[in-house]
Amino acid sequence: MSEHLANTPAGAPLPGPRTLIFDLGAPESSCVLAPALDVPDIDLDVVLGGAGRNEAPRLPHVTELEIMRHYAHLAEMNFGVDSGFYPLGSCTMKYNPRVNEDACRLEGFAGLHPYQPLETLQGALALMHGLATALGEISGLPGVTLQPSAGAHGELAALMVFRAAHEAAGDARKRVIIPETAHGTNPATVTMCGYETVTVASDPNGLVDVEALKAALDTDVAAFMLTNPNTLGLFDPRILEITEAVHAVGAYAYCDGANLNAIMGVTRPGDLGFDALHINLHKTFSTPHGGGGPGAGPVCVNDHLARFLPGPLPVAFPDGTFGLDWPEESLGRVRSFYGNFGVLVRAYTYIRAIGASGVRDAAEQAVLSANYLKERLRDAFEVPYDRTCMHEFVLSGSRQKKANGVRTLDMAKRLLDHGFHPPTVYFPLLVDEAMMIEPTETEPLSALDAFAEALIAIAGEAGSDPDLVKGAPYTTPVRRLDEARAARTPDLRWRPPQA
Amino acid sequence: MRYIPITCAQREHMLATVGVTGIGELFADVPAQAVLQGLLDLPEPLSEVDLVRHVRGLANQNVPATELVSFAGAGMYDHHIPSVVDHILRRPEFFTAYTPYQPEVSQGTLQGIYEYQSMVCELTGMDVANASMYDGATAFVEAALMACRITRRSRVVVSGTVHPEWIETLETYAASGLLEVVGDECTGGLSDASSLASLVDDRTAAVLVASPNFVGNIEDLAAIGAVARAAGALFVVASNPIMLGVLEPPSTFGADIVVGEGQPLGSPMSLGGPGLGLFACRESHVRQMPGRLVGRTVDIDGNHAFVLTLSTREQHIRREKATSNICSNHALNALAAGAYLCAVGAEGLVGIARSCVAKAHYLRDALLSTGRFSAPWGTPFGYEFALAYEGDASEMHDEMLARGYLAGVVVEAPEGGDLVVFAVTEKRTRGEIDAFVKEVASL
Repeated sequence: MSEHLANTPAGAPLPGPRTLIFDLGAPESSCVLAPALDVPDIDLDVVLGGAGRNEAPRLPHVTELEIMRHYAHLAEMNFGVDSGFYPLGSCTMKYNPRVNEDACRLEGFAGLHPYQPLETLQGALALMHGLATALGEISGLPGVTLQPSAGAHGELAALMVFRAAHEAAGDARKRVIIPETAHGTNPATVTMCGYETVTVASDPNGLVDVEALKAALDTDVAAFMLTNPNTLGLFDPRILEITEAVHAVGAYAYCDGANLNAIMGVTRPGDLGFDALHINLHKTFSTPHGGGGPGAGPVCVNDHLARFLPGPLPVAFPDGTFGLDWPEESLGRVRSFYGNFGVLVRAYTYIRAIGASGVRDAAEQAVLSANYLKERLRDAFEVPYDRTCMHEFVLSGSRQKKANGVRTLDMAKRLLDHGFHPPTVYFPLLVDEAMMIEPTETEPLSALDAFAEALIAIAGEAGSDPDLVKGAPYTTPVRRLDEARAARTPDLRWRPPQA
Repeated sequence: MRYIPITCAQREHMLATVGVTGIGELFADVPAQAVLQGLLDLPEPLSEVDLVRHVRGLANQNVPATELVSFAGAGMYDHHIPSVVDHILRRPEFFTAYTPYQPEVSQGTLQGIYEYQSMVCELTGMDVANASMYDGATAFVEAALMACRITRRSRVVVSGTVHPEWIETLETYAASGLLEVVGDECTGGLSDASSLASLVDDRTAAVLVASPNFVGNIEDLAAIGAVARAAGALFVVASNPIMLGVLEPPSTFGADIVVGEGQPLGSPMSLGGPGLGLFACRESHVRQMPGRLVGRTVDIDGNHAFVLTLSTREQHIRREKATSNICSNHALNALAAGAYLCAVGAEGLVGIARSCVAKAHYLRDALLSTGRFSAPWGTPFGYEFALAYEGDASEMHDEMLARGYLAGVVVEAPEGGDLVVFAVTEKRTRGEIDAFVKEVASL
C-alpha cells in the first residue's frame, strides 16, 4: 500500500483506533480526589430526603497519566487548523491567534460569576460594550445583542426580532423567503420561529432570481433571508434592488453573516439595505471552532429594530461606568446570563489586534486567495459559476464522475492521504458533485499551491487509476466508515460488560 | 498584515495570476454607493505587548468570584477544575477542528464525544445523550419542543421553582407560536404536585421541573412524575450534574428527558458562558431528539470507529423539517465535561458532591445559629439553599463584598421580600465558612 502514501510524514506509524476510556485503568484507580471533609459528615440519604443514589454512576477509573495519554492519542487522530490546511467552505477555518486564548483564560474574565454586583464587572462590561460597538460599526447596523450562542441561534433571535416588530405594528405575517442556496439552518430556523418557508430559485448565474423573488413577495412575507456573498461564493450585484423590493412590501431583509469575512471593511450589510445580520464570531473574528463549538452569534439590527432585541445588553453611562439594560420592547431572553462571554473576549481581542485596516486586509486577502486558488484549479475541474468569487468558490467533480465514476466524495477522501482536510462537499445543493473551497486569508501561498497541486494530481489519478481514488483514504487512523450501519443499529453509548 | 502571511511580492503574483490589476476589481460586484470610503471607525491596531496590557487592564478592573470567598451559585458554580481538563482542551487538534464531517480525520473529537454521551447517560440514568446543547436554558427549551413533537401536543406546564432565566427563555421561544407555556405559581420552595395536577390536561405535552430547583431544594420527583404520566404528558427533569453523583438519577422517577447546565463539569464560570447544555432521553425517543449524536460503527477494515449519526434529523438534510436548527454547539465544553468526569471518576464525583452537601449544611446551620437568618422552609436540599435575612439583604451583600465575600445571590422570594441563595462548593474550607459566619453576624 506504500504507493498510496503520498505526503505521509515518515516515522512513527499513524495512531489507530483507541480503546474506550471505560476499558482502561483498574477499579481502584483514580485521578482527582475530593478534598478531605473538614466539616462534620452527613448522612446523605437523610439530608437528601430519601432521594440519595443507590448505585454510583459507572465512570472511568483512570489515573492522570492514563487520561493524558488517552486524550493525547485522541488528539493525534484529529485534524485541526493547526494540523494543516482546512479549506472547508462557508466555515472560515482561519488561524486562531493564541493571544485570544490567553485573554479569555485570565482569571479576571474566566473567574467571573454572572450574578456578581455590576461594580465588580466593569472591565467585562466595558469589553462587551466595546465589542458591541465595533460589531455595530462593522455591520453598519448599530443595535447589537451579544446574547445568541451560535450563528443559528442568532438567526433565530433575528427572526424573533422581526416577528416582534411586525406584531408591534399589528401586522403579523406568515412566510419567510429564502434562496435555494441558503444554509440548512435557515429553513430550520424559519420553522422554529413558526413561519412557513418559501424557497426561490437562483438565476442561471447562481444569484437571486430577482423577478422570482418579486413574484413571491407580498404583505404576508415577514422577511427575506440572504447570505451575501452566497454559498457559491458570489456577491449579488443587484443587492440594493433586492433589499428595496423586500422593503416595498413591508418585509425585512436579513443577512446571514456566515460569509462576513469576505466583505468586512469593504462594505457594510447595513449600507446594502439589510435590516439585521448575525455574525459568527467564531468564523470571522477568529475563535477556535472547538470540534463544533462553542461559537457566538451576536445579532446587529437597524435603529428601528433595536428596541426589540433580546437582552440584557451592555450599556455605557455618561459617568464612564458600564451596566446592563433591557431594550424597551425586548422580546425577552434567548438563553441564560449574557451570551458566550468567553468567545466574546476572544473576538474583542482579535479586533483590537488588527484594527480597522486589519479588518479590511483580512477580507481582501481572503478574496484574493480564493480567486487565486480558483484560477489554479479551473482547468482540472468544472467551474459551474465562473465569475469573480468572494472568499470561497464552488467547483464540480461532474467531469470526473462522468468520465470514470469517481465522485467528489472519493476525491475528498483522497485529499486526506495528501495531508489536507477536504473542502465542504455536496453543498450547495444546486451544484452537482459540489466542492466548496474557502482558503481564508491566513494561509501562506505555499499551502495554497500545495493544495492546488494535490487536487490536480487527484484529478489525474481519477483518470489514470480511478480505483485508487475510490478506495481512499489509505493513511488515516480509520478508513471509510460504515455510516449506514451506524444509523441502522445505533450504538450511541458504552455499556458495561454483562456480568 | 497581521496574521496574513502573504508578502507584497506574492500578492502581486496572485493578482497577476487572477488577471486583475488591483484588489478593487475583485469587489466589482459591490454597488459603488455601498463601498466604504476609507476605514471603519475602529480603534487602532495594537501590538501584542499593548494588546496584552490592554486586555489585562480590562480583566484587572473586574473582581473575579474565584478570588473572593464566594457563596454564589444560582445556575453557575465555582467548582474546582482539575488541571488536566484545560491541558486537554488546549490540544490544538481539538480546539482548532470543526464539526467532524470527515470522520476519518476526526476520530478524536468523535470518540471524545461518544465517551461524553456515555457518561451523561450514566449520570442521568437515561439511554441516550446528545453531543451537547448551548446551555441549560436552551436545553430546557429544546426538551419542551421535543415533548411537543412526540406527543403532538403544544402546551407545557412548568414549575415555578425552575431557574427564572430558563423560564424566561422558554417564554421567548413560545412567542413563536410553537408551544404554549403554563406556569405554576410557586410558594413554599417546592413544586406542588396537586397544583401542577390542576394545570395539566389532554393538551399538555410535558411537565417540566428542576431538582435541585432554583432555590436549591430537592423536589418530590415521584409525585410530579405521576402527574405527568396521568395526563399522558412527558416528564422533563432538569438537574445539577454534580448532584447526580449522589442523587438518585431522574430515570428512577420516570423522567423522559433529562437536561441540565453542564458548567460544573470542568468549565469556568466565565460570566455565565459558554456553558454546556446537557440533554438525555429514552432510546424510544431518539429520532425526535435535537442536536448531534455520535455513534460507533466499523470502517472497511473492520476497525471500530465513530461517526456522526442519525443526521437525517438534522438541518443540513431535512432543512425545514429538522428537529432543531442547532449547528455549532458546545462540543469543546462537552469534551471538558468528559475529561472532568474521567478525572474525578465515580468515587471522586461522589466525594465532591458529598463534600459540597456537607459544607452547605454546615454553613446553613451556622448562619441560622447567628439569629440573623431564618429558614423559610425545612425542605431537603443539596449544596445550595435559601435563607431570609433579618435586615436589608442587599446592604448585607454589599458590606460583605467589601470584606472579600460574595454572600450568595439575593433573589426575590415568591412570597415577597428578599431571600439569599447560598451555594457552597468543595472549594470552600471550614475556616472560610467560619470566618464568613462570624463577619456576617457582626454586621
